[in-house]
Amino acid sequence: MNVQYLLNLLMSGLTKGSIYALIALGYTMVYGIIKLINFAHGEIYMIGAFTALIFASLLHYMGVNMILILVISMAFAVVFASGYGIIMEKIAYKPLRDAPRLSALISAIGMSLFLQNYVLIIQTERFLPFPRLIPDFPFLAPIQSFISSRQIVILAVTLVVMVFLSILIKFTKIGKAMRATSQDKTMSLLVGINVNKVVSVTFLIGSATAAIGGVLIATYMGQINYKIGFLAGIKAFVAAVLGGIGSIPGAVLGSFILGLTESLGTGYISSDYEDVFAFLFLILILTFRPSGILGKPETQKV
Amino acid sequence: MKPLNKDLFNMKRLKVSLAMAFWLSVVTFPIMVIKINTINDTVIWRWGNLALIVILGLFGSYIWNYALDRMKERKGESNRLKETLSGLYQRLRSNPKVKKPVLAAVVLVIAAFPFITSMYSTSILTTALIYVVLGLGLNIIIGLGGLLHLGYAAFFAVGAYTYALLYQYFQIDFWIALPLGGLFAFLFGLLVGIPVLRLRGDYLAIVTLAFGEILRIILNNWGPVTGGPDGISRIPRPSFFGIDLKLQGSINLTYYIMVLMVVITIIVVRRLEDSRIGRALEAMKEDEVAAEAMGIDIMKSKLTAFALGSMWAGFAGVVMAAKTTKVTPDSFGLMESVIVLCIVVLGGMGSIPGILLGAFIFKIVMEYFRVFAMYRMLIFGAVLVIMMVFKPDGLIPKIRRKYTVEKEGA
Repeated sequence: MNVQYLLNLLMSGLTKGSIYALIALGYTMVYGIIKLINFAHGEIYMIGAFTALIFASLLHYMGVNMILILVISMAFAVVFASGYGIIMEKIAYKPLRDAPRLSALISAIGMSLFLQNYVLIIQTERFLPFPRLIPDFPFLAPIQSFISSRQIVILAVTLVVMVFLSILIKFTKIGKAMRATSQDKTMSLLVGINVNKVVSVTFLIGSATAAIGGVLIATYMGQINYKIGFLAGIKAFVAAVLGGIGSIPGAVLGSFILGLTESLGTGYISSDYEDVFAFLFLILILTFRPSGILGKPETQKV
Repeated sequence: MKPLNKDLFNMKRLKVSLAMAFWLSVVTFPIMVIKINTINDTVIWRWGNLALIVILGLFGSYIWNYALDRMKERKGESNRLKETLSGLYQRLRSNPKVKKPVLAAVVLVIAAFPFITSMYSTSILTTALIYVVLGLGLNIIIGLGGLLHLGYAAFFAVGAYTYALLYQYFQIDFWIALPLGGLFAFLFGLLVGIPVLRLRGDYLAIVTLAFGEILRIILNNWGPVTGGPDGISRIPRPSFFGIDLKLQGSINLTYYIMVLMVVITIIVVRRLEDSRIGRALEAMKEDEVAAEAMGIDIMKSKLTAFALGSMWAGFAGVVMAAKTTKVTPDSFGLMESVIVLCIVVLGGMGSIPGILLGAFIFKIVMEYFRVFAMYRMLIFGAVLVIMMVFKPDGLIPKIRRKYTVEKEGA
């Protein structure tokens, strides 16, 4: 047993888990509010990465400092991806709010196909190299073999986003409105909550966290193309379901479990079957806990 | 009701559209306008695209809102044109003088199709028919049972690989592989069905998706047996009692096999809908708990729906392998499942003519629009959204069964 190897696997699992968590949050929040599997959520993440790439390159040609580029391009990615998220909701989901669930799901699949191909046509089908925006921190040199500076940044950013989000949901007015809406939409309308606004804000937050995830993974992996959103979206969805869809701590827990499972499975068993571990684990968990790890079992009524 | 909404021109709507066009152009700005060439490190600014978005956004949003307003007003109002048409259809259908010749003509056209058109068209039509069978099979699971299934392509793969592997290792003939493909898909359906039994709705969707992906990845990576990503090629086309048919002949034969299979599937699905199992499934779809309270065995019904639906995918898979003479794991990905799902929903869930129409439109449009290959999926995505917003019941919605009680003594 090689401790160094195990530690490396654990770290890469945690990094992966953080990225999944950033995407899974959007899934689970949207699901909590309007009970919709937003299949196009992964596309928002991809668009975030593309927007960041565009601005990062522009700034790079102007000769701006690396850390500054990271901050600015991430800010732009967040703003524009949120814009996409809100417009997407207005077009594809709002008219379907009272429609059967399947209609909304198909609409989401349509949106996902549309956005993927939109980026394919307007931008490119090739892989684009993404600039390495996170420099190697000198103070990390002694533990370099165990954790890279990129991993540190990803973990830190995820942590900050999580804390920020928890505060937002627990202590602000809009957070309260969101919790109310997810419990009972009709009742929230009756007590004067602007449900349309709550839904828009949910999409905004979900898209923003996904965009942050997009930028981070792009700098970590070093390349992006129009397809990256799909698999990442599916994985994040798996993570959200694993933890219990609709539950925010569940999404985070599910993401870390998924990331670690994948990373350990790849490291100790076989790298060809990376996705199989994630899916098998999901099936196992759901067989024994049908509503996820932290999900509340629904009471069924006639 | 505000009568203003009916007018084509409406100031409020114009304002909304202007705002939408503005926001669209702002949001899409980086991706639409700026293009980075990372190899030469050059930036291309495409201002033409901005104009395009503004114009498209303005008109698109105006038409969209107009259509939405119209739809809201129409709700509750009966559509006279539609009623006249369906009345006419019913009258024609029940008139034997019309029904018989039309039926004969349809049968004749279907039978003569390979001889009056090209081999290419026959081949495309055969693919469309395969999708009809897939659609009808998935319809048993989704339309009848209300179980959201996102891994249907896996069962299609089971059928295709059954034939491919049996041929490669044991030189098994198509006609023996056909029932075996169905059987294996049926068994795989049971296998998937067991852990799925307790799950509902979206959890079910993700687990079926997971099973589908697991199977695809295994097929992709188990190189020594399945040929890995390259798949298995040189699978023979169907034979006809040992007679060696030329290419043309075997393509026509495949076509007739599919026609026959579609007919059988339609009959089976029709009978199933009216059977005890079909009724139980329908009750389960409406309300699981209520159905259980009425004495329906939910477990058994779910398993039946799953396994029966999967079996048709298995049959279709065997024919698909024989038709294309090559199977690769990539043709059975999540996208394939999504396409079949979209065919079912676009056509009209639960409606047999709807699924027929959906499969034909999808496959034939995809095939003949190869020129616009780049835009095909973009348009497909947009069509899905538009259809769901404006016509969520599909092109030919299912007619709900109604019971009319005759009053005694009336």
